[in-house]
Amino acid sequence: MADHSSIHGVVADFASPDTLLDAVKAARAQGYTRMEAYTPFPIHGIDEAMGAKPSILGYIVLCGSATGFTTAVLLQWWTGTIAYPLVISGKPLFAFEFGFPVMFELTVLLSAFAAVFGMLGLNGLPRLSHPIFNYSGVAGSSDDRFLLVIEASDKKFDANATKDFLASLGAEKLEVVEA
Amino acid sequence: MADLAFDPKAVEQLSPPLVTGKPSLHEVTEAVSIHTELETHRNWYIALAISGSITLLLGSMLAYLISTGIGVWGNNNPVGWGWDITNFVFWIGIGHAGTLISAILFLFRQKWRTSINRFAEAMTLFAVACAGIYPLVHVGRPWRAYWLFPIPNADLAMWQNFRSPLLWDVFAVSTYATVSALFWYVGLIPDLAIIRDRATTKLRHTIYGIASLGWRGSATHWKNYEKAYMILAGLSTPLVLSVHTIVSFDFAVSIIPGWHTTIFPPYFVAGAIFSGFAMVITLMVIARWVFKVEHLVTMTHLENMNKVILATGTIVGYAYATEFFIAWYSGNEYERFTFINRAMGPYAWAYWSMVSCNVISPQFFWFKKLRTNIPFMFVLSIFVNIGMWFERFVIIATSLHRDFLPSSWGYFRPTIVDILTFFGTFGLFITLFVFFTRFLPIIAVSEVKGMMIQTEHEKHYLPATTAGSPESVKAH
Repeated sequence: MADHSSIHGVVADFASPDTLLDAVKAARAQGYTRMEAYTPFPIHGIDEAMGAKPSILGYIVLCGSATGFTTAVLLQWWTGTIAYPLVISGKPLFAFEFGFPVMFELTVLLSAFAAVFGMLGLNGLPRLSHPIFNYSGVAGSSDDRFLLVIEASDKKFDANATKDFLASLGAEKLEVVEA
Repeated sequence: MADLAFDPKAVEQLSPPLVTGKPSLHEVTEAVSIHTELETHRNWYIALAISGSITLLLGSMLAYLISTGIGVWGNNNPVGWGWDITNFVFWIGIGHAGTLISAILFLFRQKWRTSINRFAEAMTLFAVACAGIYPLVHVGRPWRAYWLFPIPNADLAMWQNFRSPLLWDVFAVSTYATVSALFWYVGLIPDLAIIRDRATTKLRHTIYGIASLGWRGSATHWKNYEKAYMILAGLSTPLVLSVHTIVSFDFAVSIIPGWHTTIFPPYFVAGAIFSGFAMVITLMVIARWVFKVEHLVTMTHLENMNKVILATGTIVGYAYATEFFIAWYSGNEYERFTFINRAMGPYAWAYWSMVSCNVISPQFFWFKKLRTNIPFMFVLSIFVNIGMWFERFVIIATSLHRDFLPSSWGYFRPTIVDILTFFGTFGLFITLFVFFTRFLPIIAVSEVKGMMIQTEHEKHYLPATTAGSPESVKAH
């Protein structure tokens, strides 16, 4: 097998989401496993076609929610009963009834932080440099082009054979991209 | 088969297109991005000069207030909450439409939201920024404003009272501002990447590249992104309802006649959505014309928003009637007095301004001709905004100006500082918009494109499911 360490992969440039989706399915059928699509908007069904696992973001957010809720309970309980107990109108020093609004707000706040930073973390962002940006037509992938990259790390990868294969799927432009 | 045959015209009538003129994906990118790329128009500088001067006025009023004391406002006994809290509730209410459009309509799969959500979310942020000024300076010593938060510090030496709705409000409003900003930014990331990719200069490429965090639009990115967006929408939905609920607790948890009512939370939320949508109409009518995006923000969008204004306006009117009924039904003479005084007392002028703007004016939107008439809806949306400002003023001033003892009766009059500060917040609001419309895509480009493709697919499959196979349609 040739040394592909200086190559990121082969980019195939498609004109529509449907041809991209068909190409992903064909590439999977051909035995390729390491691929990535770059599109201007989410394409439904592409994750299944690529064999990607569902996002685990939900579990990260659940941890955020639990942290927010626990913080709010402990904060209100500790400040109200231990740190600074103050009887006001004979009301209890701590109760879930009056504590609810703050519990709700902190749960939402920390869940939202978990959702945003969890998403960025899972996506490896911020990352300002990536091999795909070496592709000459990369700007199209945020406009109206649909890219499929078969990466050099794929076991079946061979720059010429992979290129020919992608050409047979109707790619309008092909390019080997440097890593 | 003839009778059942799929008629594209009929479908179009039932659900008019959300993007007219069938632009290509590239044309949509172009239409939305171009205003950030063209050379700055002279009118932009004029707009900035005007709104910036008004913002400076706000700054000088706040400086005067902080250096002198809140006595420069008209608040005094018995009306201890005046325009400050009125304006706070007014601005925070306006923000609610943005979150409603971005979160609740998203969960309900209302595709028409995609063209207006970015703009409405920006409105939320800017309105919350205006709202936030008031509680901060209203505390009297804003340099001690961090005392509002449970931050351990040496100079306070005690903890906040979590039994107070005012503290709940601190948490609600600061959470709302933070989550709205996060939601807005997450929505912006893919669109900032579009502007980065279109950049012609190194500087633009770098700035938008950093702002978009290196977004690549890979399938992995989109997978986590869509999940995050869905979760944020799910979180924002109860959040937006909670914010105005908790704002209404500031009033409802007290024992002041006219405030101490259980109807406040739903009534405040409906009013917030009502005023927020009116503000979206006011701004959108101008923006779609200035930025030439009439084909992306169509009459369907405007008409749908007018329907929301009609629905929530009617709820608000119903709430006013319920308040009066309950005041009478309670048998409590203070309650009865407060409400009769509201309608016939010294603030009757404010009360009836509110009723005409909020109860009567939205009813015109029953007529399709009127709710699809742009000049009409523009004027009416301004009426609604005036009416909703008066609602907050009426609730605050009329409930406070007649205390239990006639010796502590009074009448609130705003000072010139009150008026100029409020005027100044509009300057800040518009200045933030002026910057937003210059440097950021005002329409969620990626979402609109996704929606266009999805709609195209649905149309493609519709004949097959409603009128047999596509072949039979073609044959017909």
